[in-house]
Amino acid sequence: MRPLSTALAGALFAALSLAGCGGQGTAPAPSGASAPPAAPAPSGASAPPAAPASPGAAGFPVTVEAGNGSVTVAARPERIVSLSPTATESLFAIGAGPQVVAVDDQSDHPAEAPKSDLSGFKPNVEAIIARKPDLVVLANDVDGVVADLGKVGVPVLLEPAATKIDEAYDQIADLGAATGNTAKAAEVVAGMRKRLGELAAAAPKDAKLTYYHELDSTPYTATSATFIGQVYALFGLTNIADKAPAAAGGYPKLAAEFVPKADPDLIFLADTKCCGQSKETVAKRPGWSGLSAVENDQVVPLDDDIASRWGPRVVDLAEQVATAVEKAAAG
Amino acid sequence: MTVRPGTAERRPDGRRAAPRAAPRAARLSPWVALGTAGALLASMLTGLLVGAAEIPPGSVLLQLLDWLPRVEVDSGLDQGELGVLAELRLPRVLLAATVGGLLAIAGAGYQGVFRNPLADPYLLGAAAGAGLTTTAAIVFTRGDGEAFLIPASAFAGAVGGVMLAYTLGNTAGRGGGVATLVLAGVAVSSFLAAVQTFLQQLRVEELQRIYAWILGDVGGGWEQLALIAPYAAVSTVILLLHGRLLDVLSVGDDEAATLGLNAARVRLVVLFAASLATASAVAVSGLIGFVGIVVPHAVRRLAGGSYRVVLPLSLIGGGAFLVLADLIARTALAPAELPIGVVTAFVGAPFFVVVLRMTRRAEM
Repeated sequence: MRPLSTALAGALFAALSLAGCGGQGTAPAPSGASAPPAAPAPSGASAPPAAPASPGAAGFPVTVEAGNGSVTVAARPERIVSLSPTATESLFAIGAGPQVVAVDDQSDHPAEAPKSDLSGFKPNVEAIIARKPDLVVLANDVDGVVADLGKVGVPVLLEPAATKIDEAYDQIADLGAATGNTAKAAEVVAGMRKRLGELAAAAPKDAKLTYYHELDSTPYTATSATFIGQVYALFGLTNIADKAPAAAGGYPKLAAEFVPKADPDLIFLADTKCCGQSKETVAKRPGWSGLSAVENDQVVPLDDDIASRWGPRVVDLAEQVATAVEKAAAG
Repeated sequence: MTVRPGTAERRPDGRRAAPRAAPRAARLSPWVALGTAGALLASMLTGLLVGAAEIPPGSVLLQLLDWLPRVEVDSGLDQGELGVLAELRLPRVLLAATVGGLLAIAGAGYQGVFRNPLADPYLLGAAAGAGLTTTAAIVFTRGDGEAFLIPASAFAGAVGGVMLAYTLGNTAGRGGGVATLVLAGVAVSSFLAAVQTFLQQLRVEELQRIYAWILGDVGGGWEQLALIAPYAAVSTVILLLHGRLLDVLSVGDDEAATLGLNAARVRLVVLFAASLATASAVAVSGLIGFVGIVVPHAVRRLAGGSYRVVLPLSLIGGGAFLVLADLIARTALAPAELPIGVVTAFVGAPFFVVVLRMTRRAEM
């Protein structure tokens, strides 16, 4: 490989765990203290922000176990900066929305999030400090941002890409504890658990369905070892990519001829926004037109963003998968 | 105009070349030619028999017979297997052979023009130019019509990058000196790479796709093969016709001039053809390294340094090498694939060392 592409590769691998990319978060699992589930609530996905609790609420200082170790937040943060689209969704879902002053340029959900030109890909420490944050949430620490912010005494929560659904719950609980929204966060998590449990229980497990989840048409995919793979596993689906050896990683590029040969019952497209893929484009690919998923209309277009984040909208994704599985099992 | 084989050759650094064990062989040994062609055919056949979709090799062979004109055999393949073989595997093997051949013959051409063993097809900015335009295409569009858009932009970028470097080198240098041209290539490549990196910042979520393209892929299919066929044919023919002139050029510009050769013009034509070949390869496969530099040298070691031999053998040998590399990329972690660029370097480097150790022949 040429020096140019080598240098590029280094920069790229660092950025792969960002929203929209099939990167692998290899950071250790944050083991946040899961709050006991409160009363069951309706689905926590994009719940309207609750009225902020009175400032200086009890419970502070609080210590949270995040991806960057134990983080102590001295007082209830009122100026949160989120540089992770997933964290932004979670913060708004747990009612911390009014405490958020700025989110990064990729945080496009919910609409009321204060989107800024801050980058989560190449965080600029001075630009972050200029927002006078009292808490910063990051999904990855590429340029030593955590250390730099630590020098000026800003508490930072590193919440890397979850690899298990439980990690996603933990992160929401962490954010709840760190922002003084413990009860609401527990409510959101309980709601997610409940809904995912219901969907999984209702899934026709004896159908023995196989699936293929497409990240891009190269074809890149994800195995069961990944976060998204575990969402599918809830429904008793078998991933065709699991035939790849572990050395290929959680997000292998498959041989183009393997997918038609494996002939999965369901094809999920997580490359509709990025790469304009659809039922029609899939049917046009060489060797794909005769696939049973194409002929039985089991090609399911997903929202790339929802399918690459690990926040409360995982439930929305699961609902879509459940509908498809139900249809495939009936057909 | 003829050049006697074994003409004392002056190296670019002015030192006389060491006396060689064998004079420069202009005649092609039939064994080497047969061996190279056999290697290409064997690797292509293996590439057709092996793949992630486990199709019985016997049936594949029968099907290949069936495709021969006037032969009717029942291969027993079902419609799906036939589709995999005809629409995915066959074009892939042919594309790998084409791209490998183009990169290797372009590398040989570049080495002849620059009289430098380290020259490769990307020396003048073809890679940086293609990288920039492809990144722009990925960043600014949403993947509609990708089957055409990415090859077209990569091709245009590769040609544009070389033209930019050549124009700069010619206006800066006097009389089209080779050294200035190389430096212009370095400057242009760095500049274009910087612009590409800037563009990548605009759409972080596309990094994976850009990265995958850079690492190379020959799974394009028939459309991509048809897309580059005319450019590949024209550039290959021009290069093959210039073997003799490159041999003359290798003795030095002044000596070539006394033989009545316009060195600057030969350089321009060969550079044009080699860059066209590189652009065709890059358009459908991304930036696959190592083929353009290793294969011509391996050929030189095995068959002597005359460009009349090096050019055609690089074409065939490069094809065989890349088909084999793609075979490893497809099977090492099946059904997952390795990027082919990783394989060319990983397999190519040790192979090259073995060739260097086994032979003590002409270097340039």
